[in-house]
Amino acid sequence: MFWKDAAAFLPILLEGLRLTVIVTLGSLVLSTLLGMVWALMRVSGVRALVWFATGLVNAIRGVPIIVQLFWIYFVLPEFGITLTALQAGIIGLGLAYSAYQSENFRAGIEAIDHGQIEAAQSIGMGWVLTMRRVILPQAVKIILPPYGNTMIMMLKDSSQASTITVAELALKGQMIASSTFKNSTVFTLVALLYLVMSVPLILLVGWLERRAGRK
Amino acid sequence: MIELVDVHKRFGSNEVLRGISARVDKGEVVCVIGPSGSGKSTILRCINALETHDAGEIRVDGQRVDRGHDSIHAIRTQVSMVFQRFNLFPHRSALDNVIEGPVYVKREPRAQALERGRALLERVGLADKADARPAQLSGGQMQRVAIARALAMQPKAILFDEPTSALDPELVGEVLAVMRSLAEEGMTMLVVTHEMGFAREVADRVLFLDGGVIVEQGAARELLTNPQHARTQDFLRRVLRPI
Repeated sequence: MFWKDAAAFLPILLEGLRLTVIVTLGSLVLSTLLGMVWALMRVSGVRALVWFATGLVNAIRGVPIIVQLFWIYFVLPEFGITLTALQAGIIGLGLAYSAYQSENFRAGIEAIDHGQIEAAQSIGMGWVLTMRRVILPQAVKIILPPYGNTMIMMLKDSSQASTITVAELALKGQMIASSTFKNSTVFTLVALLYLVMSVPLILLVGWLERRAGRK
Repeated sequence: MIELVDVHKRFGSNEVLRGISARVDKGEVVCVIGPSGSGKSTILRCINALETHDAGEIRVDGQRVDRGHDSIHAIRTQVSMVFQRFNLFPHRSALDNVIEGPVYVKREPRAQALERGRALLERVGLADKADARPAQLSGGQMQRVAIARALAMQPKAILFDEPTSALDPELVGEVLAVMRSLAEEGMTMLVVTHEMGFAREVADRVLFLDGGVIVEQGAARELLTNPQHARTQDFLRRVLRPI
């Protein structure tokens, strides 16, 4: 019974899974880029940039992701900015997670010994070159393990895009379940599909942590 | 070459430099000695604008040192710094540490920088360690790589900030030997050090610093064997006969 239903539901769920992957990857890229921008602003030493980034990160962290998604999808059109559900989902999740990414990046950058900055300056490097050639290459090793964790969380949180009608895996499951009443089959399948995507990421994080610990 | 006129620096309520005036001429080796906290390292850090001095003027080859001005990057390429804790880039090999400045700051062709980098490593006795990461080197070897990195910028002067203070005693000699050979070749050097033997034998002049002022200065041998000021005498007695 389970297998027969599963075979019938799986193609539909896989459509949802495709959107889950798109939302996750899209918001991952966006949150990484924006998070790096906020982090670099916060360590720039330029007061206006520090304040702006700090304020923004705190504002983003202080509002639930779901409310941010609603705001982008339902409120922005009032200002003439109309986005598709998928666009709004990627932008909303990307923006929300850029705050957490930024804190992770900043911690990694600030963990680098100050002597490294002085050594870079003493051979005439400016701020950009110091970051690019000296600080960031070293910070990456510190940043990667928590970055992997963020990836796992983003994969799961991509399900929040369902609240603004992105028919990703969780919403597809809900739709099948409510029309067939086969709750146990459907949600077991959905859970398994998330697990199948998460486990490789979890293994990757473990590997990154062991590598970072080895130095 | 390097000129300080009435330089002041304070950290909060602590006035570290209280009117330092000194000069280092081209080809001269000047050692700065004095008790810890006397402001020795701060002088070097102000010259290289790693710290901003509050008052007075610092000139390098006639150019004013101003941390806020773009000219500072150019000045730093002319005055290299060797740090107490080496501060090598741990993610790069010895050779890559040496060529980093020439390739990315001075935009030298990579092949040329590599050739010169190898020659510099050979000069500090580390030709066979070109591919080693800093973590694979001893303290003395790391400091010699750091000196090669400083030399790679083809500086007009090098500032040494207690270059042997973080080393095991048996590794001090190899670093001092490299520094001595630089001095003999006419490199302009300003050296903060506790190595009185090095100061006596290699330095042209010695500055004795205490409480943020230059208490006494003069020809190295003269000052170290026949100090005039009571505080200099007291300091040298403690350093030379610790027990």
